[in-house]
Amino acid sequence: MKNFFNKNEETHPLTWRIKDLNSSIFIDEYENKKGYFALKFALKNLSPDEVISIIKSSKLKGRGGAGFFTGKKWDLMPKKKNILEDRYLICNADEMEPGTYKDRFLIEKLPHLLLEGIILSAYAIGASVSYIFLREEYVLSKILLEKSILEAKNKNYIGKNILNSGFNLKIFIHTGAGRYICGEETALINSIEGKRPNPRYKPPFPSHFGLWGKPTCVNNVETLANVPAIVLNGSSWYKNISNNDDTGTKLMGFSGKVKNPGLWEVPFGLTARELLEDYACGMKDGYSLKAWLPGGSSTGILTESYLDVSMDFNSINIIGSRLGTAISIAVDNSINIVSLLLNIEMFFSRESCGWCTPCREGLPWSIKILKDLVNKNGRLGDVEMLEKICKNLGIGKTFCSFAPGAVSPLYNGIKYFREEFDNGIDTNLPIYEKKVCGIQSNIFS
Amino acid sequence: MKKILSKEEKTFILKELNKYKNPDAVIIEILKFVQKRLRWISLDTIKEISKIISVPASKIDSIATFYNQIFRRPVGKNIIKYCDGVVCYINGYEKIEAELSNYLKIQPGNTTKDKKFTLIPICCLGNCHNSPTIMINENLFSNVTKKSIITILDNII
Ligand code: SF4
Ligand code: FES
Repeated sequence: MKNFFNKNEETHPLTWRIKDLNSSIFIDEYENKKGYFALKFALKNLSPDEVISIIKSSKLKGRGGAGFFTGKKWDLMPKKKNILEDRYLICNADEMEPGTYKDRFLIEKLPHLLLEGIILSAYAIGASVSYIFLREEYVLSKILLEKSILEAKNKNYIGKNILNSGFNLKIFIHTGAGRYICGEETALINSIEGKRPNPRYKPPFPSHFGLWGKPTCVNNVETLANVPAIVLNGSSWYKNISNNDDTGTKLMGFSGKVKNPGLWEVPFGLTARELLEDYACGMKDGYSLKAWLPGGSSTGILTESYLDVSMDFNSINIIGSRLGTAISIAVDNSINIVSLLLNIEMFFSRESCGWCTPCREGLPWSIKILKDLVNKNGRLGDVEMLEKICKNLGIGKTFCSFAPGAVSPLYNGIKYFREEFDNGIDTNLPIYEKKVCGIQSNIFS
Repeated sequence: MKKILSKEEKTFILKELNKYKNPDAVIIEILKFVQKRLRWISLDTIKEISKIISVPASKIDSIATFYNQIFRRPVGKNIIKYCDGVVCYINGYEKIEAELSNYLKIQPGNTTKDKKFTLIPICCLGNCHNSPTIMINENLFSNVTKKSIITILDNII
């Protein structure tokens, strides 16, 4: 087992300050460990544009799952016409992807690292108000953040004329009331505005027309937490941490029936096998690995034979899945893949916002079929119908990217474990006419 | 119509209203605040809020119905949320669900006769490395087992 505490700021910019997993790092300890150094440095020596260009050249990618370049996202925002113009930075802390626990970890252990990241990023894009959109169930996170915001205000890291630089920033915590779709950035904006949180049509993009119609940038917790170290140590240092096209470190993890479930800060490009064996200490006794999901429920399921893939955005795309949140899930040999997918699709079906037809209707339909297969009374043609649903909910077919994410584990599941699906079919039953009556039978060709 | 909201709640609503340019933005906050005491949001509650903030009741309703943590039916004093996310599935949440259901003598989604407990599923609580996970009111419980869950419940009663 790797020693979690054998870390230094050069190699573990996110977690090197953590010495005790049971406590949070508040202002004194944070300041003693170079906390707010980056902020002081930037406000004194760097213009907002210079901060953007450092982040751009660091090639930092968004850590929420999509992996878009953060610097580029900031750069897309229109130049400010005048200083008083409103614009917003939103920190997306609506963590709800099943299997993911990284943002909660960062907020609860290092609240000030997140705040420093927010302040620096707001400075870079010229936002004077920032909202932290926090998941309602994260009760402890809210208490810790409130306390930290107060501490930072007392030190004038937040508020008016921050450290005499002339830069002002207010930070508010906004808690939701459930629903996974609020993590989609335009749905999240609607939610803050007090509208029903369906996603918005793009364009216009939030960078131009976001919260209350103003330029808005939405960044994930982990993305923002990367900013201070990059500003302080420079982009070439950051690029050299990993031996990979994806720069810097990433919180990666493994859960399921592994010996040591958890998360660790590692450079991009280590293999999933290293993560599973060296960090998560392999499978529990009596269990073997049957399949795994690289980064949350919306990433395509993979077989054991892909374990030697490098954990980075591109390599995982190539093998037909996504890095997602990089918090991997181990599926052991005791689990039936069809039942597992039923669980995953039930989640997505429950959380679909219902705005567009393929997603709203397709997901409940897939559940009906998966349930039949689990109960061994599926009919001939059912698996093909599932494949069709995957296709009809694929990229470009729905209003937002929720649906393609929802069906990607199912698509890969059928590809790699078709036998288990076929086992659920009772060939004595007549072909499917009866079972679809009542739910859109007109889709059948 | 009998008034539902307390004086304190009305003051809260008016105070919140001042914070934003647009009254829509405070709807969720108001609903959550009011729900704390009333435990659920009835249509009459919505109508009353609608009058105070001058937003159509239908609009408030459209928001209230979207979020799963705004309850539109009376619930019990304690809300038990068991995680049915994929990792908790792998680690056997179904056994926990069955045990809870059996012990409280209610199906998921329902409230006990004495109005003490409501049992509902919830998606991943971001605690998968300590799964199975449940949340009772505002408290998170890690690595629960069929046995420990009963001890936890008994301590609440
Ligand atoms: S794909 Fe699903 S979640 Fe996205 S807009 Fe359509 S119905 Fe809503
Ligand atoms: S799946 Fe249950 S806590 Fe994440």
